[in-house]
Amino acid sequence: MRLLPAFLIALFPATALAAEQGGMPQFQFGNPLTISQVVWMVVIFLALYAVLARWALPGVGAVLEERARRISADLDAAKVAKAEADRAVAELAAATRAARAEAQAEIAAATAAAREAAAREAATLNARLEGDLKEAEARISAARSQAMGALREVACEAAGAMITRLTGRPARAGTLARAIEVSLARASHD
Amino acid sequence: MAAGPSIDALGQFRLATSLGPIGASVNFTNANLMMVLASALVLALFGLGMRPRALVPGRLQACAEMGYEFVANFCGDIIGEGWQPFFPFVFTLFFFILFGNLVGLFPYFFAFTSHIAVTAGLAVIVFVLTIIVGLVKHRLHFFGYFLPAGAPTLLAPVLVPIEILTFFSRPVSLSIRLFANIVAGHVLWEVFAGFMLILAAALGVAGIAAGVLPLAINVVLVGFELLVAGLQAYVFAVLTCLYLHDAVHLH
Repeated sequence: MRLLPAFLIALFPATALAAEQGGMPQFQFGNPLTISQVVWMVVIFLALYAVLARWALPGVGAVLEERARRISADLDAAKVAKAEADRAVAELAAATRAARAEAQAEIAAATAAAREAAAREAATLNARLEGDLKEAEARISAARSQAMGALREVACEAAGAMITRLTGRPARAGTLARAIEVSLARASHD
Repeated sequence: MAAGPSIDALGQFRLATSLGPIGASVNFTNANLMMVLASALVLALFGLGMRPRALVPGRLQACAEMGYEFVANFCGDIIGEGWQPFFPFVFTLFFFILFGNLVGLFPYFFAFTSHIAVTAGLAVIVFVLTIIVGLVKHRLHFFGYFLPAGAPTLLAPVLVPIEILTFFSRPVSLSIRLFANIVAGHVLWEVFAGFMLILAAALGVAGIAAGVLPLAINVVLVGFELLVAGLQAYVFAVLTCLYLHDAVHLH
């Protein structure tokens, strides 16, 4: 590709170089402008360097630095916020767990208390019933002994009346009472 | 053909004084005017473009920031530790050459990087700077650079002259590369443009129709020259960084 201009210049040597005596202007070192442009170039280059180095580039660098600082600060803030959120979530989970455990314990305690109360109530009821039963039994036995007493009297009277009827004379009270006592004891024994 | 239009491919490189009689009295050339224009454009981009100092940059500020970070990245990568003091210099060099190349692409403008004296001047600035940096950083150890570490002493008589030759060929290759690339592109343009005039003069209407072909080539060359303008500025700046790296770190 780079050989093409040389080739074309070779094709039209007269036309290509006709206007230029002494070859390429770049190699006319006799021309004072060839050297003076370099002197001016050094001046312009140094001026550009000074302005860029002192003024333009620090400004660009400061903007870029500020942006990087801002981005990293934002990232840090986001990281902190995330850690905080994570901690809050963990706290919430722990609180939920604790509350559940507490509720469980309370339920267990309430159940136990209810059970105990029921047992106590049942015991007192039993005791009362027992008492009632004993009382009733005592009442029954009292009634029975009372009935027994009445029976003896009736038996004495009946036996006395029977003996008076059979023998014509009253039986001896002591003997009759003893005999009835014995038989009553035997009957109550059977 | 001598009577008709001719291809004056080299006339575009002719120096002249500018800025009227004042410029003429101090030999201020058309190339220098373009240097001032290029410098003004650089300052406009990085001075005015950064004026908003916005956290979220606009278009021009984003452009300026990209340019800054682009140069800062290759400068830091290549020079390595201690690159910061050289960044403004490399930055100035890169954008001075880039904008010089780009300004030179416009018709009737002057490409100052097409002058070997200018590119050699820039290369000498770089060359002298690397020597000064090397001497200031390493004193006389800097000359140990010419004997690669680990090389047998027996080979020193061969290696040292080769290293010295390589060292001194740096500004030569640096200046010729930029100069040749810019000249070649501009000569190509002029040749094809002149070719269109010759065709039109020689063949009339048919020549004008045939002139579409060189015109198409020139359109393609515009894109190509834009690439060369950026690439050569980049190569110049990157090689400068490489030489500065050698001066700072001695290999």
